[in-house]
Amino acid sequence: MTEHVDLLIIGAGPAGMAAALAAAPRGLNIAVLDDNPLPGGQIWRDGPQAQVPQQAREMRAQLQQLGNVRVHSGCKVIALAGPKRLLLEDAARGWVLSYDTLILCTGARERLLPFPGWTLPGVTGAGGLQALIKGGLPVANERIVIAGSGPLLLASSATAQKHGAQVVRIAEQAPLAAVAGFAAGLWRWPNKAIQAITLGSAVYRTSAHVLAALGRDRLEAVRVKVGDKVEELACERLACGFGLVPNVEIASALGCAVRDQAVVVDDWQASSVADHYAAGECTGFGGSELALVEGRIAGLAAIGARDEARKLWAERRRWQGFADRLNTAFRLDPALRTLAQPDTVVCRCEDVRHADLVEHGNWSHAKLATRCGMGACQGRICSTAAQTLFGWAPPQLRPPFSPARISTLACLDEGDVV
Amino acid sequence: MPELSIDGLPHRFVPGTTVAAALMSSGDRCSRTSVSGQRRAPLCGMGICQECRVNIDGMRRLACQTLCRDGMQVETRP
Repeated sequence: MTEHVDLLIIGAGPAGMAAALAAAPRGLNIAVLDDNPLPGGQIWRDGPQAQVPQQAREMRAQLQQLGNVRVHSGCKVIALAGPKRLLLEDAARGWVLSYDTLILCTGARERLLPFPGWTLPGVTGAGGLQALIKGGLPVANERIVIAGSGPLLLASSATAQKHGAQVVRIAEQAPLAAVAGFAAGLWRWPNKAIQAITLGSAVYRTSAHVLAALGRDRLEAVRVKVGDKVEELACERLACGFGLVPNVEIASALGCAVRDQAVVVDDWQASSVADHYAAGECTGFGGSELALVEGRIAGLAAIGARDEARKLWAERRRWQGFADRLNTAFRLDPALRTLAQPDTVVCRCEDVRHADLVEHGNWSHAKLATRCGMGACQGRICSTAAQTLFGWAPPQLRPPFSPARISTLACLDEGDVV
Repeated sequence: MPELSIDGLPHRFVPGTTVAAALMSSGDRCSRTSVSGQRRAPLCGMGICQECRVNIDGMRRLACQTLCRDGMQVETRP
């Protein structure tokens, strides 16, 4: 069975919700897909230990009231099913959805880099830990080390502390001069300046990065390099993430041009493929304010309201300025490429070690020889890591984009699928 | 308080809790066994890494994108 919508939006984070609300008044039939149980994306993730901002609650309520917008939560894109047709799956069914116009708001994921011990239980992403706490993970009285790069470390630390954890170290890989320069410019974006206050935290260190996670069956301690010194910190958890990487896999499969790991868009948020727009973090990391304004522009442009969309360009430029400063300040130190040791697992799905990968000159050769990237995550973690470690260009994702049920794949045989 | 089962052991949860959060505070706090036999736990928390894939009521699901329900049977071992 094929369903049809006028406008399809993939992702119900700030960009996706803003796009849907901007496009809805025209009365089009709109579907919003999202793979999480509730709309909001990562930044506005809801849960028993989450405090969702007022703006997010209002936007969610507005979406629910619109008769012409349907939000499909817990829903993944599995494959292309012909021109402007996608195969989808949720917990109950698989089906094909066709559309006239598409807006990709697929967000970003954390850059997770391999280091000795990173597969131990107790090690998570930095944003990962924050998401898990919001989802109900108790962390009271636990000692936590937070490491990696970017403002997400501070956000994750704030969430952990609020729920009773003791954050014993925040290790930011960027040097003090870069972080201080970034913080000093924050007066131009007043609501961002609040985040900078946390930089004064007694446990915050710059030019600091994780060397190893230690423990037998689970994490017991973390070895951290702070400047020229090495320290060993006993802890129950390590939350480690090296900034964000745009999710461009679906855009890329649809033929949209991708440059510097981000979907290429023009002033109207239009991608290189006609009737296909992109907004938010999948077009480059920039934070929720930029995602919101990009989403609104994409939603308006998608319904032909170009005059209204143009009025938002100045606001977009303002937030883009913030994003540019952020990306410069937290540029990754090349030394991070040497964290993984020969026996460190790089591909966690197939347990492929660094030593088995490094001898191959590119991703395809490595994949054919070792099965790296052929597991359930389809290389989303290890090919991103291999790009940072070895400079290997990431592969084009092949269907199924996520593990899917046979009954879902069988939908491709039904009806008039091309 | 509602309750689910993780590898046969009962676990109480606050409504709205993800299965990943429940797994990480119960039993060996792991979600799966890797191809070389290592026990693994949820990593990315946002539906990307697949480390939290578990068997829920006979279906393979991502624990971080699934909410706990009363009576759910969650299995983390092959």
